[in-house]
Amino acid sequence: MKQPFEQAVERHGGTVLRVCRAVLGPGPDADDAWSETFVAALRAWPELPADANAEAWLVRVARRKAIDVIRARARHALPAADLPERPAPGGDPGGEERTVWAAVAALPERQRLVVAYHYLGGLPHAETAALIGGSAAAVRRAAADGIRSLRRAYGAGEYTNGAPR
Amino acid sequence: MTDTTSKTDTTRMTDTTDTTAAEPGLPVAAAASTDDADLFPLETGALDRLRARLVERAGEHGLLDVAYRTIDTPVGPLLLAATQAGLVRVAFEREGFDAVLEALAAKLSPRVLRAPRRLDAVAAEVEEYFAGTRRSFDLPLDYGLSAGFRQLVQRWLPHIGYGKTRSYREVAEFVGSPRAVRAVGSACATNPLPVVVPCHRVLRTDGGLGGYIGGLDAKEALLSLEAAA
Repeated sequence: MKQPFEQAVERHGGTVLRVCRAVLGPGPDADDAWSETFVAALRAWPELPADANAEAWLVRVARRKAIDVIRARARHALPAADLPERPAPGGDPGGEERTVWAAVAALPERQRLVVAYHYLGGLPHAETAALIGGSAAAVRRAAADGIRSLRRAYGAGEYTNGAPR
Repeated sequence: MTDTTSKTDTTRMTDTTDTTAAEPGLPVAAAASTDDADLFPLETGALDRLRARLVERAGEHGLLDVAYRTIDTPVGPLLLAATQAGLVRVAFEREGFDAVLEALAAKLSPRVLRAPRRLDAVAAEVEEYFAGTRRSFDLPLDYGLSAGFRQLVQRWLPHIGYGKTRSYREVAEFVGSPRAVRAVGSACATNPLPVVVPCHRVLRTDGGLGGYIGGLDAKEALLSLEAAA
């Protein structure tokens, strides 16, 4: 990329933070994953092809960083048989924002990850399916179900837009 | 992309809202963004804190190649950009801050971040200059954006004292190329560090203002500031 990195931070910083929060819960873990994502992205930025989709690339980096955080969390917690991408309790951005992230954290695992990577992160159905398993059609349904229950729990409206494909 | 509303200490490479246009491949990737803002709000200041932390971490990892900020001055907002070596660019708003940043990214490094604190010392000196309390700058300068004769001329310009002026011809003579009057003119016109490297103190032999990257009003304002102080 020949574009100033600041542009990527400005345009995609919010998206990446939402993805990190949906995967890890709001709080220090999500903040750490955001920071690790942008430090790694800054390092790699000059080598990123000029025609790459910067947002999708950042979301993929964010996913890897979130998984790193989950692994580190698992190492410091009780041994677990598998490493589910669950948000940590205790994150608390406070105020209004608390509600939606709590509602996201309460979603079934697959819905939550689909909301993270597809709905918020903008990754296509097929790519999201490859990341979390299942079919593209299942991802589509999980996104619709997830957003519907979030809107029911938190806001008005239905899942009529978002990232359809 | 320039947000001139955040005047005091920042410039933002701002969202042109349609990020999709510039990014082929996933044309609807950002489609959820506007909705996200109401269904998935981020509390005020959350991103600012993370961005400040990113600047720190980038510095620690040696990844902050170009740091910048903007400041307000009597001649309008100025963009200040620095490499690890020193101040590398001062730009007037009329040059287009986004275009300037894109040029810095292309010529120096795309690892460009808005990092106001990194330029506190520079901003303080520039503000003192405009307040009339500073007559020369004491800052590390990076002349890396110019080369050859132009850089030679630009490095010589600080020899013209505060409140003094020289003609393009005199400058040509001082740098040892008396016939290079036009080249001195283009060295001044392409000065990457206006205000700090005082190309505004160079006039035509007949006393005419000549040109100025910040516009003739700005050149006049700087000269009257110095004449009054």
